Amino acid sequence: MHPTTPSKPLRAYGDREGDGMVQMSFTLPLPPSGKAREAAKRFAELHGLGEPLVATMEECAEGFTYFVVYGHSRHSIDVSQIEVPEIRTEALSREEIEHRISSRLGRKIVVVGACTGADAHTVGIDAILNYKGYAGDKGLESYKGFESYNLGAQVENDQLVARARALKADAILVSQVITQRNCHKENGAALIELATRQGWRQDVILLFGGPRIDHQLAVELGFDAGFGPGTKPGDVASYLVERLCGDAHAPLPPG
Amino acid sequence: MSEVGTGLWHDGVMALVPLDTNKVLACRAIAGDVSDDVQRYIEKHTSVGVERTIVRAFGVEGVDDQGIPLVNALVDRVHAAGALGHGVSYFLGREIARGTRTVQDAAERLAFAPDVDFSVDVAPAVARAALEDPTSAALARIDQAAAARRTLKASVTAGREPLKYVIVATGNIYDDALQAKAAAHAGADIVAVIRATAQSLLDYVPHGATTEGYGGTFATQENFRIIRSATDEASLKENRYIQQTNYSSGLCMAEIAWMAAVERLDMLLNDAMYGILFRDINMCRTFIDQYVSRRFIARAGIVINTGEDNYLTTADAVDKAHTVLASQFINEAFALRAGLKEEQMGLGHAYEINPWIEDSFLTEVAQAQLIRQVFPRHPIKWMPPTKHKTGDIFFAQVHDAMFNLAGVTTGQSIELLGMFSEAIHNPLLMDRYLSLKATRYVHTAARHLGDEIVWKPDGIIARRAVQVLDEAHTLLAEVKAQSIWEAIGSGAFADVKRTRTGGKGYAGVCARASDYVNPVLDALEATHDRPVV
Repeated sequence: MHPTTPSKPLRAYGDREGDGMVQMSFTLPLPPSGKAREAAKRFAELHGLGEPLVATMEECAEGFTYFVVYGHSRHSIDVSQIEVPEIRTEALSREEIEHRISSRLGRKIVVVGACTGADAHTVGIDAILNYKGYAGDKGLESYKGFESYNLGAQVENDQLVARARALKADAILVSQVITQRNCHKENGAALIELATRQGWRQDVILLFGGPRIDHQLAVELGFDAGFGPGTKPGDVASYLVERLCGDAHAPLPPG
Repeated sequence: MSEVGTGLWHDGVMALVPLDTNKVLACRAIAGDVSDDVQRYIEKHTSVGVERTIVRAFGVEGVDDQGIPLVNALVDRVHAAGALGHGVSYFLGREIARGTRTVQDAAERLAFAPDVDFSVDVAPAVARAALEDPTSAALARIDQAAAARRTLKASVTAGREPLKYVIVATGNIYDDALQAKAAAHAGADIVAVIRATAQSLLDYVPHGATTEGYGGTFATQENFRIIRSATDEASLKENRYIQQTNYSSGLCMAEIAWMAAVERLDMLLNDAMYGILFRDINMCRTFIDQYVSRRFIARAGIVINTGEDNYLTTADAVDKAHTVLASQFINEAFALRAGLKEEQMGLGHAYEINPWIEDSFLTEVAQAQLIRQVFPRHPIKWMPPTKHKTGDIFFAQVHDAMFNLAGVTTGQSIELLGMFSEAIHNPLLMDRYLSLKATRYVHTAARHLGDEIVWKPDGIIARRAVQVLDEAHTLLAEVKAQSIWEAIGSGAFADVKRTRTGGKGYAGVCARASDYVNPVLDALEATHDRPVV
């Protein structure tokens, strides 16, 4: 669409423009029956689906029925009203990252990372920090310009902070994989709270990552940036280089 | 070249890839040497975890007002006094010899009385003799639970291999019980309660029924009772035996093994090296604890599930396939030395190859076939794709179907079912149902495929199997040359490096004194002759 074209309401696209076709699958706590089918249909209608078709109704546990429903969603979206903060850093090449650090910063970027709280999953922090990296992109440990410390999993915020402060870290990476009852948000928010209370929040770049995390959530919690699923080490390295070695979209905090 | 494997795992005669029998025997012999080296260390040491297990086996229970188990208070006090090397059993026996009526009373006195002297002032033989009846009672309790399991099993039908294994992980044991029954109704043969993520590093076992846990539900004795009773109910209702699984791993692996033995669990995640590699638990501690945990498991007739599948979540599934096989040989060797029968060894592996590489399915079949043949009597446990799962649930369902096809074709014994929502959340009720339904379809549709096909002797699958066996043999030889302590230090398994005195729980390791007393362990060791590999 040409940028000057007025935006029109966006609807789900099934087979033709504007048909609003979506599918839903869900479970209702009642056994299959004609009444259950009607309940599923009305449930779909309440979600904005016109002419709902209950395509599947099967018992998935005693007293529970699983449904697949197709219908035409009435809802539309005005895309021009949407503002999503995005990390605008394009991944730099490894050579460019090394070059900027050595020529502009003249020292290594110190990064400390951990998976905090009770979360025992190191897969995210390992992917970003460890030499092996992720999807063929080697981790920060593999760069000459980075000095990285992976504290592993089940690290308490105060341990992470103590280590990061002792190492004079430029950035702290927090990974959260387990999201049950929003514990990832609580752990993240607790770190920001600690940093603010101790008065060093502005001295360090705080990054938040994990499969259920995006930049917007991270910023809402008070982090500088958030990295979701599919993030490669090079993305994180590029962000840090742009923040610390100039070309930053977000200005460096004073001091 | 000759055939290995007898086809015992299957009701037909399965096609085999040609493997060098002598190479398989050589791998077993090397793994035996590797574990004998560690076994000599194990037999000279004990740990706080081992000693707590023995106290529990005597029936000692209770927690203080802070929730600290009595067994911890007792063992920590003995350890702090520098007397753990004599064995906690020595002090319990000494108290009884002096007139304390029960082991429970002796434990309470030793844990809390102000005037306890932890010197060896009564002959160890006297202490040992005083524990004769409590030791018999400890063994009888395990044997009675095993007998009760056999009775229930005999009264209902058995699931058909590959057994369909699903997980529940709500954090609340009562919800777990509900979901376990639902899973059984939808066709599951085995239900595992995933453990709360933080528990492996707790150096005590929480007490009582629990309704809060992140990433899973705490393994407690009361929780075991609650979930066992739910799956018993489901077994009778569905007329199919539903197996119950939990985790004997982490710093309390031996205590949990005992709890599972007396609460009649059927399977335990239990691995000789998993805690070292993936939870950074000290390797001395892990080796000692895995041995004692497996002595209880052997007696109880529980099937272990080893954790080699995890290697492929950190290391590449094609390049490091041989590390899985090499580790299985080592896990087998450790298990034999703890008295387990092959039929109790659910050696683990996984379908974790990048699905987009050419012939990924053939490569998976080769690995599954190889492991099936090398371990013909073992109830091989294999795990579904996880690493390459994305939020695309529709693709994930196809990915899992390929896993199921490989599983039924190669006669895997225990299949942990893939969930299409793997990359998103713990399985919902309907996710589990849909996975069970799809698996039932693939298993039924291809039930005898493995009996019908003949692998080309020089084909892609046969050549891959031979290659992985060769590489495993080379790795095992390197591990033996270095010793396993050093091999783990250099990242031989899962690309993870650990040191001998590093990691968690090393402070809980203690050398046995020459007069070490542990009559329960003695009795467990007398159960089976030391196997000769």
